[in-house]
Amino acid sequence: MDLYRVEDRRLLTGHGAFLDDLQPVPNIHHAAILRSPYPHARIRGIDASRALAMEGVVSVLTGADVASMSRPFPSALPRQAAYYSLAIDKARFVGEPVAVVVARNRYLAEDALSRIVVDYEPLPAVVDPEQAVINPDAPILHEDVGTNIALHRTLRYGDPEEAFRTADLVVKRRLRFPKYGSTPLETFGVLASWDAAEEVLTIWSNFHGPFSMHPVVAQALGIASNKLRFIVPGDIGGGFGIKTSIYPYMALIGLASRLAGVPVKWIEDRQENLSASSSGTDRVSEVELAAAKDGTILGIRMKIYDNVGGYFRPPEPGCTFRPLGNYVGGYSFRNLDVDAYIVFTNKSLTGPNRGYGCPHLYFGIERVVDEMAQQLGLDPAEVRRRNLIPKSAFPYRTPTGGLYDAGDYEACLDKLLDAADYAGLRRLQAEARAQGRLLGIGFAMGVDPSVSNMGYVDIAASAEERKHRHPKSGATQGTTIQVDDLGKVTVEISTTPQGQSHETMVRRHVAKEFQIPEHEVMVISGMDTATRGWTIPSGSYSSRFASIGISSAVVTARKVLEKLQRIAAHQIEANAEDLEYVDGSFRVKGAPERSVSFRHAAGIAHWDPASLPPGTDPGIYVTHYHTMPTALPPDDQDRVNSSNTYGFMVDMCVVEIDRETGEIQVQKYYGVHDSGVILDHKIAEGQIRGSFVHGLGGAMYEEMSYDADGAFLTGSFMDYLCPTFLEVPPLETHYVETPSPFTVLGSKGIGESATETVPACIANAVTDALRPLGIEVNELPVTPSKVWGWLQEAAVHDQS
Amino acid sequence: MADMRKDSAEDALFEARDVSCTVNGQIYRAKAEPRRLLSDFLREDLNLKGTHVGCEHGVCGACTILLNGRPARSCLTFAVQADGAEITTVEGLAQSPARLTRLQESFSEEHALQCGFCTPGMLVTATALLQDNPSPTADEVKHYLSGQLCRCTGYEQIVSAVLAAASGGQKGGE
Amino acid sequence: MKPSIFGYLSPDTRAEAIAALSRYAGDAKVLAGGQSLVPLLNFRLTSFRYLVDINRIGDLAYIRSDGDCLAIGALTRHHAVELSADAARDCAILPEAMQFVGHPVIRERGTCGGSIAHADPSAELPAVLTALGGSVVLEGPSGARTVDAEDFFLGYLMTSQQPDELLVETRFPKLPAGTGVAFEELARRHGDFAIVGVACAALPDGSFRLGICGASSVPFRPRDAEHAAADGDLTLAGHLAAGQSEPEADLHATAEYRRAMVSTLTQRALRRAVERKEGSTRG
Ligand SMILES: Cc1cc2nc3c(=O)[nH]c(=O)nc-3n(C[C@H](O)[C@H](O)[C@H](O)COP(=O)(O)OP(=O)(O)OC[C@H]3O[C@@H](n4cnc5c(N)ncnc54)[C@H](O)[C@@H]3O)c2cc1C
Repeated sequence: MDLYRVEDRRLLTGHGAFLDDLQPVPNIHHAAILRSPYPHARIRGIDASRALAMEGVVSVLTGADVASMSRPFPSALPRQAAYYSLAIDKARFVGEPVAVVVARNRYLAEDALSRIVVDYEPLPAVVDPEQAVINPDAPILHEDVGTNIALHRTLRYGDPEEAFRTADLVVKRRLRFPKYGSTPLETFGVLASWDAAEEVLTIWSNFHGPFSMHPVVAQALGIASNKLRFIVPGDIGGGFGIKTSIYPYMALIGLASRLAGVPVKWIEDRQENLSASSSGTDRVSEVELAAAKDGTILGIRMKIYDNVGGYFRPPEPGCTFRPLGNYVGGYSFRNLDVDAYIVFTNKSLTGPNRGYGCPHLYFGIERVVDEMAQQLGLDPAEVRRRNLIPKSAFPYRTPTGGLYDAGDYEACLDKLLDAADYAGLRRLQAEARAQGRLLGIGFAMGVDPSVSNMGYVDIAASAEERKHRHPKSGATQGTTIQVDDLGKVTVEISTTPQGQSHETMVRRHVAKEFQIPEHEVMVISGMDTATRGWTIPSGSYSSRFASIGISSAVVTARKVLEKLQRIAAHQIEANAEDLEYVDGSFRVKGAPERSVSFRHAAGIAHWDPASLPPGTDPGIYVTHYHTMPTALPPDDQDRVNSSNTYGFMVDMCVVEIDRETGEIQVQKYYGVHDSGVILDHKIAEGQIRGSFVHGLGGAMYEEMSYDADGAFLTGSFMDYLCPTFLEVPPLETHYVETPSPFTVLGSKGIGESATETVPACIANAVTDALRPLGIEVNELPVTPSKVWGWLQEAAVHDQS
Repeated sequence: MADMRKDSAEDALFEARDVSCTVNGQIYRAKAEPRRLLSDFLREDLNLKGTHVGCEHGVCGACTILLNGRPARSCLTFAVQADGAEITTVEGLAQSPARLTRLQESFSEEHALQCGFCTPGMLVTATALLQDNPSPTADEVKHYLSGQLCRCTGYEQIVSAVLAAASGGQKGGE
Repeated sequence: MKPSIFGYLSPDTRAEAIAALSRYAGDAKVLAGGQSLVPLLNFRLTSFRYLVDINRIGDLAYIRSDGDCLAIGALTRHHAVELSADAARDCAILPEAMQFVGHPVIRERGTCGGSIAHADPSAELPAVLTALGGSVVLEGPSGARTVDAEDFFLGYLMTSQQPDELLVETRFPKLPAGTGVAFEELARRHGDFAIVGVACAALPDGSFRLGICGASSVPFRPRDAEHAAADGDLTLAGHLAAGQSEPEADLHATAEYRRAMVSTLTQRALRRAVERKEGSTRG
């Protein structure tokens, strides 16, 4: 029986090939990492002699080794704040690597950790990004920087001063967005093998791109980039952006292998994962909205403190700038002022996490939009409608430089209000309120960027600084298709998927282009940078597959067909233009009996080069790198089309609060998505549901928590709370499909969509429920204990 | 450490010992020191990589196996405890990769797996559920599987898959 | 996350287990279901020189009626209690509370003795044992002794069990026919340890039993609250129970919240237990 996806059979029978399953080289040894128990401490010395003396222990790598064997990772930071793969003289967060033991097995390696003596001088810590900047007593993490501000950018679009001057109403809120991460079930895994003879470092890992991290690692290790070989297995156990940030460990384990002289494997354990893997940033912000009486948004001002933790590492400051092109969301206002601080604190490091920067963005905007509606006495759905970018305006250039490809936002809103029976829900709410129940309805909407433009990273530099640098641009994705002599097809993709069904989709669409049965196409995922095609943006992140990934595969297939068509034409002595491709054969239009099959044409390319048309190379092995012409560098006004396609989602949910316990019951959640043409509804739905639960986690359950002194509190899955089967509320989804003019199949990304709006939507719904008591949810996650606390305060207020 | 040990019988308590068990119908024998987790024993010593390890503290459920027919976290079990036991891992659910169980088929049909990392634990646990309760309600499925984390799917499709397998009647995977 | 080295013993009898515990007194720890101990070992938050695995001791897993008590062998899995007809009949609060202990797969392995001996103040079973005024039977080299629940739980993960003692049985007083029971729990997620949990039995004679977890360093039985409930003042009962709690703040809840929830959940548990009691007498 055929299964729904090609990936399924191996995964269902325990025959997948994940990183920890590989045994590509003999004599693999195992690493365990000693980590700082302190949020901030000077390292005065390390004595590893007792560890080294243990049976089975091969080597111990410490800061001194790392400082001498490697350089800091290059980053977008113009300043110092050196970031190495391991703490050199100071540890700056709980969990920062301090030493690496290599031993015969992981058990022994962990035994040895307790024998390493580190002389720490604990220092005061700071964890709040705003305090780290404004409090003059806050400890400085990087003395050479002299401040905890890693980066400060002010960006201005349109005429925000005028907008705020002429506004009828200005609302301003202080907001806190939590630090959380998608915690893929498969943790980081790295196997590094240093070949001393050839000076080649081969690293197997579950890295999912972008391969822009390859040069970053090569430069840090000081080895020629063509001697750094990244190999990625075909199966990765979830990524959600997190595994982009595995690269410091690729460098670290590479160094460990070099020092130990044996191949070294390190599998991150869950404690390491929670304390020191990667997460989204926590953000403290002030968001201010200027509105006219009728609810028209005139402009927005934001002051942002984004917390990147102890060091600044690429691809940060993507947390702040990756959504730049869609900073206005689905709204048509043109005036925007952004004052962004990217800040060091004694928390763990950050990087892409599903939605990268967008959950933060929409939490800010959607909260103040709701407060504006409330103050003007307008319906929150109506206010949103008034400000929507109209369908006729696409492709739409946002004030920040985004080029929205297509969308019918109003149709989405209509569909939502209709599906949820919004008017009916409001009636229900009125009844509930009359009974003293706390029922709330919340909205959130957002524009979902996909296919990051490599150009956005340059926004970290000012326009002036950018003049002196080589520009970056593009969003390239490559595919290679090989057709063998019997007409069987092998496709190599370079998207390093982690569950997004790329093999299935590529197989389906390549087979469709070739008009052959799907089982005649085999898709190879994974990566080997030494033997396969890749380029800087290769990989899976920013929901790029349904836009650029599949486009690349289809265009490559078409190039193969062009070649075969030339071969066929030559064979039957016709002009290639006179041929059509029908039912797997090239045939002369109007004379179908004169035809050459796909298989025959391919066979000629392999067996009979003498019969090839002049100028045609033998063999069928076509690689095509596809990019988007819309992916341009930032302009001198700080405008950049930070992504290349833009979906849209509008959400609504109904919540009820238990007055006595503060418990929040999400009774129903609705989401309407316009992500262009949906290539496969089952798979798209799976993406939305998964991203919905990640958003739910951030809104209500998940947080990497620290106390005020920097101690880390959520080092296990008993404390870091991923939603289970029983936490997930009923979700109803609907689709509007406005084809993207920028992609081959009209499709675009969808995998991060719901994550971006769920936190805002839940905050708005809980606020709406608590509206009679004057309580607003301006920080997440919203928990029963917090809600109960607010209810008590409101009760006290009420009495006084 | 040696100085504290009283005699060789005492030493033996710490040493690796033979563990023999039947896994997916095949008899295996290998040495394991007492602290070796059953999850590592299965994966590293018996080379059965289908059982996945996601947290090593019992919360995520990816490593769930059937131990003498009942679901158990292999990360919270020592290999030595499995001496003489009958174990089923995900590799043992289908007769062969070509002949899947109804449950495995419906996981695919319902798109109940994405990255597939949690899938072994999900399948094993759901198999146990269907043995005890051949026609569970959606609520019963959710409760039974509540100790299994999935970070990809959002869970709904997994519930549908188990219900579909139940209503379609169990075949294979016994 | 791999445990450090230990010596492993797997005795076949209680006597052997007790002999091992006394031979290595202080250095040996009992391994039962492993659902609490092994995570601690894997995190290396604790380590023991010896583990005495009691899973091969055949006669430690039973549920039997013993006079006015339901006697549950230490190695009885939570799952077995959930399914037990004896428990359903004689001590219905047990299967009720079991629903809140982790997840089904955890309950397949976790043991009653383990839950009691572990003495997590947020755990459900100790609260039930305390509410009912039950006891535990500990067997050491010099014989067995029975300790009342309230004397057994001493503090966070601390009990009056001696290092050379094996917990062999927990004794839950039977509830007479016509008793209404309820277990109310508040947790961040289903299956998590309780922020606050309340075990409640409404007896046919109009008296009540209450046991509370999550709100002090040990589970406790608020007798004042039981009396107030018997007098029909459920609100007062809630307040009295809250007054007796000594909660601490943690990641998931403030101390004030916990205290308030003791009151709220106590009232809810009382109400539901009463409803069920009335339902059962009517039915
Ligand atoms: C994901 C997860 C969720 C959980 N959620 C909950 C929950 O919500 N509520 C809850 O109460 N528990 C929960 N638990 C814990 C679970 O219930 C444990 O099974 C239980 O607490 C301990 O039982 P055990 O048999 O596994 O004991 P073990 O882990 O084997 O032992 C626990 C402790 O008790 C001692 N011990 C055990 N048996 C004896 C004995 N017979 N004599 C002397 N000492 C003994 C051990 O030496 C050890 O110190 C959870 C566990 C997990 C992994």
